[in-house]
Amino acid sequence: MTTPEIDRTRLGALAEPASGDGRGDDVVFDVRDLSVSYSGNVALKDATLQVRENYVTAFIGPSGCGKSTFIRVFNRMNDLIDGARVEGTVLYHDRDLYGDGVDPVEVRRRIGMVFQKPNPFPKSIYDNIAFGPRVLGMKKGLDERVERALQSAALWDEVKDRLKENALGLSGGQQQRLCIARAIAVEPDVILMDEPASALDPISTSRIEDLIHDLKRSYTIVIVTHNMQQAARVADMTAFFSVEVRDDGGRHGVLVEYDRTTKIFTNPSDRRTEDYVTGRFG
Amino acid sequence: MTSTGYTPAAPDLRRRGIRLGDVLFRGVSLAAALAAAALLGLITWKVIDLAWPAMDAFGLSFVWTEAWDPVKDLYGGLAFIYGTVMTSLIALVLATPLSIAIALFLTEIAPRRLAAPIATMVELLAAIPSVVLGLWGILVFGPWVRDHLEPWLQGAFGFLPIFSGQPSQVGLLPAALVLTIMIIPITSAICRELFVRVPKDLVDGSMALGSTRWEAIRKVLLPYAAPGIAAAILLGLGRAFGEAIAVTQVIGNGNVIPSSWFEPADTLGSRIAAQYQGATSVLQAGSILYLAAILMVISLVTNVVAQLVVARFEKVRRAY
Ligand SMILES: Nc1ncnc2c1ncn2[C@@H]1O[C@H](COP(=O)(O)OP(=O)(O)OP(=O)(O)O)[C@@H](O)[C@H]1O
Ligand SMILES: [Mg+2]
Repeated sequence: MTTPEIDRTRLGALAEPASGDGRGDDVVFDVRDLSVSYSGNVALKDATLQVRENYVTAFIGPSGCGKSTFIRVFNRMNDLIDGARVEGTVLYHDRDLYGDGVDPVEVRRRIGMVFQKPNPFPKSIYDNIAFGPRVLGMKKGLDERVERALQSAALWDEVKDRLKENALGLSGGQQQRLCIARAIAVEPDVILMDEPASALDPISTSRIEDLIHDLKRSYTIVIVTHNMQQAARVADMTAFFSVEVRDDGGRHGVLVEYDRTTKIFTNPSDRRTEDYVTGRFG
Repeated sequence: MTSTGYTPAAPDLRRRGIRLGDVLFRGVSLAAALAAAALLGLITWKVIDLAWPAMDAFGLSFVWTEAWDPVKDLYGGLAFIYGTVMTSLIALVLATPLSIAIALFLTEIAPRRLAAPIATMVELLAAIPSVVLGLWGILVFGPWVRDHLEPWLQGAFGFLPIFSGQPSQVGLLPAALVLTIMIIPITSAICRELFVRVPKDLVDGSMALGSTRWEAIRKVLLPYAAPGIAAAILLGLGRAFGEAIAVTQVIGNGNVIPSSWFEPADTLGSRIAAQYQGATSVLQAGSILYLAAILMVISLVTNVVAQLVVARFEKVRRAY
């Protein structure tokens, strides 16, 4: 893959990397005027934001504001939903993700996803991790690849003696880390996580958060979360979405504010963001 | 501590009176269960009772004897066991992939507006009375098999003994094909139900890892549904084993094990349906009942195996 040129003037206030460790220099996703509708009902309207390399970008907001809808745009999972329609521009490393000739299957090979409910396949732990590599024809050094993925997901020590056992025998938190390992195993560029810890207990949740901290060194991560402390803990950038009621009574999600996480939580520019993060929304 | 002299009454947790509904419900369901068990026992006993002359005369060797000679009053069941197993297996081998393909098409490929009417039509196939299907087999399907299918098979695979001999509109092959048509609605409906119930998260998970739709079907959907498909096949098999009327109409009612699929054969069910009324001796009637007993055992075994498979399947599903 060639590294595309990034037009820094376009990045505006976000142009200077703030992490100090070289993360965030490049733009991975450049989304402009994104609208998504399901069978003609608008779910998300005119969202514009940029996701930066090796950053953790969090999407927060009330239920139904289109967070999941948005995150599914990145790996074209909305293509699998009958009646879903995506409008606007989504550039991935400066290439149009929805352009002619772009194969969604190729997109998903580079952009992994972790779902809200752990969804291991009813196969062995090993076969779960090896699933993606096998599909992609990465058959060489499969054992090492599986081990590396499990190590990265901080699961290796717990499962190394039971790789042949069914993954459904793992606890919920382990299953979710398995799903993260499964996504990592194909060495994606980006990992999308839609409320990855919402079905887990606090200890499992904090392990997932630690994991996200480790993973951002190698991956760009976009995470949807309902838990604002979680966003504050893990994210470099945070996007706050809200629901807007139209004159015709319909509702759709809008991106209200997108900024550094510290700014969103300590000094938001929009009243709606402030109300939400301080718990005074409604 | 000073007592105020007041102690709150302990809550009374005893049951107040009889719950009539519960008692009635339990009574009725127990009676129904007992009646069903009793009926099964009665039928089994009656079949064995009537088959006794033949069981007494031929013993267990009836099962592996190939004979049906009313003149010499000599009978054996092997040809019919063979016919039953063979027609049913051919039907199953054809119906299974077709049913899976139909079910996959309806759940994964066809647009919803098209899927519903097609599914209904396939299921309506099961509503055709088997005697009507058999008539169609005699009048339309059999001649077509004789004039087109069998000559073609002979041309392409004539070196196989099973496709040798004179094409005929009655025989093992037409019977197996009619059975195929009869079990497809059942197995395809079950497969469709199975595929619909595969958690969407699993297929999405596969797609999100960069699999194609076909890879997701092959590597996630089908394995998940596999035990259920096995059960569906066994149910179809049970249906094929037990079918009598339509088979009798197209199989040619042969007395021996045919070497070619084009030749007449006969199944247990078909022989029972066709000959019991005309049985000329006690031994022949008894032999026909002996066939019935064998059929019952075969059906029972398939059913038990199907239930074991379903039970295992349920365990896997609950774990998810
Ligand atoms: N598959 C779908 N088909 C039709 N409408 C959908 C679908 N998925 C989402 N929607 C609609 O789009 C809107 C946004 O939903 P979305 O799931 O993106 O919200 P969300 O912010 O993720 O909510 P939550 O926090 O509850 O997960 C909702 O009105 C929802 O009803
Ligand atoms: Mg959501």
